[in-house]
Parts: sequence; structure tokens; C-alpha cells
Amino acid sequence: MRGALAWWRNPWGRPRFLFLFTLVYMAWSIVPILMAVRFSFNDGRSRSTAQGWSTRWYWQEPDLSVWNDPSLRQALFQSLELASLAMLIAVPLGVALALSLTRWRGRGAGSARFVSLFPIVTPEIVMGTALFLTFVHLFRFVELGTTAQLLGHVTFSIAFVIIVVRGRLLSIGPEYEEAAQDLGASPVQALRLVLMPLLVPAIFASLMIVFAISIDDFVISAFLSRDASTETVPVKIYANARGAPTPALNALASVMLFAAMLAIALAVGAYKLAQRARGERAAAIEDFAQMRL
Amino acid sequence: MRYPRWFWAAFGAPGLLWIGVLFLVPLYVILAVAMGTVDPIFLSPVPVWNPLDWSTTAFEQIIEGLGPGEQFFVVFVRTFVYVALALALSLAIGYPVAYFIARHGGRFKGLLLVGLVAPFWISYLMRMLAWVNLLQDEGYVNRALMALELLDTPRNWLDGRASTVILGLVYGYVPFLILPLYAALDRIPRDLLEAARDLGASSAQAFRRVTLPLSKPGILAGSVIIALPMFGDYYTPDLLSGSPRTNIIGNQINLYIHGPQVTVGAALTVVLMLLLVVLMVYYLASMARSARELGP
Repeated sequence: MRGALAWWRNPWGRPRFLFLFTLVYMAWSIVPILMAVRFSFNDGRSRSTAQGWSTRWYWQEPDLSVWNDPSLRQALFQSLELASLAMLIAVPLGVALALSLTRWRGRGAGSARFVSLFPIVTPEIVMGTALFLTFVHLFRFVELGTTAQLLGHVTFSIAFVIIVVRGRLLSIGPEYEEAAQDLGASPVQALRLVLMPLLVPAIFASLMIVFAISIDDFVISAFLSRDASTETVPVKIYANARGAPTPALNALASVMLFAAMLAIALAVGAYKLAQRARGERAAAIEDFAQMRL
Repeated sequence: MRYPRWFWAAFGAPGLLWIGVLFLVPLYVILAVAMGTVDPIFLSPVPVWNPLDWSTTAFEQIIEGLGPGEQFFVVFVRTFVYVALALALSLAIGYPVAYFIARHGGRFKGLLLVGLVAPFWISYLMRMLAWVNLLQDEGYVNRALMALELLDTPRNWLDGRASTVILGLVYGYVPFLILPLYAALDRIPRDLLEAARDLGASSAQAFRRVTLPLSKPGILAGSVIIALPMFGDYYTPDLLSGSPRTNIIGNQINLYIHGPQVTVGAALTVVLMLLLVVLMVYYLASMARSARELGP
């Protein structure tokens, strides 16, 4: 107690009020999530009180657990499928577009840049409404459901890929490719042998980011869902949060959380390896926080 | 440049085509539905593709509803009040945190940044679900407040309270504000502050005249980037209140688009887009500016 008082009164330390404020913020930000994960391991049926420990809501309970309730399991696979496919389509499209927007100096480049970043500032409800009406009234050959959701996810993901890759391209500069071409490389060779290896960390980061925003997405998935069979995890949470009778919904949300944690751990590890291979300082988290990937 | 002139433009073609067909065309579809007609028998919307034949019935209905005390007036005012309060609270919470980590993070900086970044990887809906759990009648918020004798009986926090919805918005969006704030504050060179102090400024003066003005771009960009999704939100009020008393513009759009009057929903979406277009263009311009600072 006296130690704490002395720390509080020490005029030379770091600003104590701000330090406490930051700690309280961190607790406020993280503790509710930990509680939600905690309830998913409840032995009882409550979603608001801790009741022992078990994994019954994950796979043991015969009809109600995440694994045995077809609607919950379906949502899990729908989310993972959409995120994987969105990643595989959006990243190549976005990388090519980022290259083009950064290096292309001709007429139309400015408006192309403006248009391709516009989805990032468009509220999701606008994009959800727009795509919903489009698939219902104009492109009627695209049925609502997985295909429509995938098209939507890719559309809003491309802009994020552009931002990440463009940031990296701008900091690399055009000199390496110019040097390669002076030494006799064709444009395609310069791109493949010089630029692509330099872009690997940014491509990796884009894959991660697209996966994460696709898995987290709610509005587009909800607007473009056909019926219960194409609901994703966030849509399921939205539909059941206020009425859910058991902690199985918490378990479903927690599974996604664990998957995200695993993916981040892999990505940070790979990012560090890639950086070390190039002899750079490895500080993935700080790079992400400062948005200089 | 030794690349052929068409080289880079060709690279962008597939992506631009995608954005054209699945972003620009759909925006036009909203207009065509909003200014379209309604099938007299099925009451389903019939989009009108030719601008010369557009009708403004749906917009007239919205303008009528915008009279003082009318349905849309109440919802629009409520939306602005909620977003303004949530934004102010987010700044009051976010700025000190970003400032502390950027300036005084010290050896805990890495750990603190992990804490800042963590909410990015956790689904927004899960973060709301966590609060639905905690705010139940027999949940831990009520129990803590009763243990502290601040409440006598459990309070139903989830039955349509503006305060719950606004705090929910703050909880949901504040991480997206803190990160740009942190990036802006972290970029401020320390020499400038040392110079200010050497020239006789108190630490409060140095903050007010050096740190605060230099972090202004971060404050503006961060505020815009969280205000935009707040204006289009409908799930936070649905999950944390579920009552028409806390309906905001997003709730109305969601109800109309999935209800019988789709044209009104489309028209509301157009109105929302028009209200926000200034913020959107501002943010894109500030992004272009920081890209120019980075590159050639």
C-alpha cells in the first residue's frame, strides 16, 4: 500500500493518471471478451453466470453444441468457406490493381485511384443495400446465398489490399525495377524477379486482413444471405444473441476467436521470418499499429 | 520508365472491371429502385433504368416524414445525437490512451499495442454478444453495481436505453479511432517538444501548441473513419436494445429494404449517402495526401 502511494506521488515517473487510465481502458476492452469465452466453457446452461467448467457446448451436448447443432456448424463452415475464397480472389485482384494504381501515370489514373478506394469509406449498409437490390433486380442469374456473399466480400476487400500493397510499393520506390531493367531484365522479369519478392510481406498481410474482415463481416453477409443455410457466424450471433438459450452461441463465437488467434500467430511468425531473411528489424505488431506494412 | 505505356493500365483492368460491375453499377441500381415505380398488384419495386422516367414519390414521402416531430425527423435527429455523443466519448477515451502509449509506452509498448490491436481481430458481433451476456438481469454488471450498493434491484439494461446503445457504439468503434490517433501521435518528433520546453513552454503549453495541432490530422481522420460506420449501424441498437425507441437511420433502412416499401428503403439509402459524401471525400483526400508524402 505504501509502495503504491509512493509510486503515485513520485513526480519523476511516467504520468500516473494516464497510466491508470490506459490500464482501465485495456481491462474494459478485453475483460468482457474473456468473460464471453469463459461462459462458453460453462457446465450449466447460463450465459451470464460462471457455472463450473466443461466443453459440453463445444462438442459433447448431443443436439445443442456447436458441433452437433447443424445450424451452428453450418454457420461455422459458411464463414470459413467465404473467408478463404474471398482471400484467394481479392488478393490477386487487389495486388494487380495496387501495382497499376501506383505505377500508372497516364490519363484516368487519378479517378481510377479514387473509385477503387471508395468502397472503404462507403458505409456497409449502403453497399449491402446496393448489392442486394442488384442481385434481386439486375443480375438475377446470381442467386442470393454463398455466391452473392462471396462477390460482396471480395468487393469490399479489394480496397484494403490496395491500401496495404500501395503503402509498401510507395516506400520501395521505382529504383529497384529500373536498375533491373538497366541490367537487361524485361518488364515482366523485373516484376517477377525484383518487385514480387519485395512485396511478399505486404501480400501476406493482405491475405490475413482479407481473411479477418471477411470473417468479421456482418452487414453484407446478412443482406445477401438466402436463408438460414447461408448464415455466417456473425449473422447467427445477431439472430440469436438476445434469445439464445444456452452458451453454445458463446462457444461458436469463441471458436472463431481461437481461429483468428491461430491465424495471427501464424501470420506474425511468417512476417518475422520473411523480415529476418531480408535482414530487417522484426516488429510486426508495431508495423501493423502504424499501418506501414 | 521503360515499361510500355499500356503495361500498368492493363494490370488494373480486372480489378477496375470488378469494382465497376459490383460497386458502381449497384450504386446506380439503388437510384433506379429509389426513383422507380411499385408494381400495383404485388407491391414489389420495379426499378426504372432510364433517368428521364424517374419518379420522386419515395423522396417526397421521406421529405414529408422529415417535418418536426414526424417519423424520419425523430430518427435522423436521434442518429445525429447518438453519433455525436459516441464520437465525443470515443475521443475522450481514445486520445489519452493513444497519447500515453505513443509517448510513454516504454518497455510495455509492444504489449500495450497488442491490447490495442486485439479488438481488430475479434468479431464486432462477438464483442456486442459479450455485453449482452454481462448486461443480463442476473449478469455481472448488475451484481457488481448491487454489491457496491449503487443499485437496489437489478436493472434491465437491454430494454431500449439510449445510454446502453451509445456506450455500445463507443465500445465497438473506439479501437478504430485509437489506432490512427496513435499513428499520428507517434510520428510527432520529440525534438519539437524539447524545443518548445527549452523555449519556456510549460508542459501544458507544449501539449496545447505543439502536440495537439500536430495530431489534428489523426483526430479528424480517426473521427471520420468511425463516424461513417456509426451512421450506417443498425445491429448495435438491435442487439443492445431491440426497441423502436432507439432506432437510427440504419434500422429504418434495414426495416424498409426487407419490408413492403423497398423504394422508401432505397431512397433512405440515397439520402444517407448524400449526407455522408462530404465525410467520405474528406477521408479519401486525406489518404491521398499521406500517400503523396510517402511516395514519389
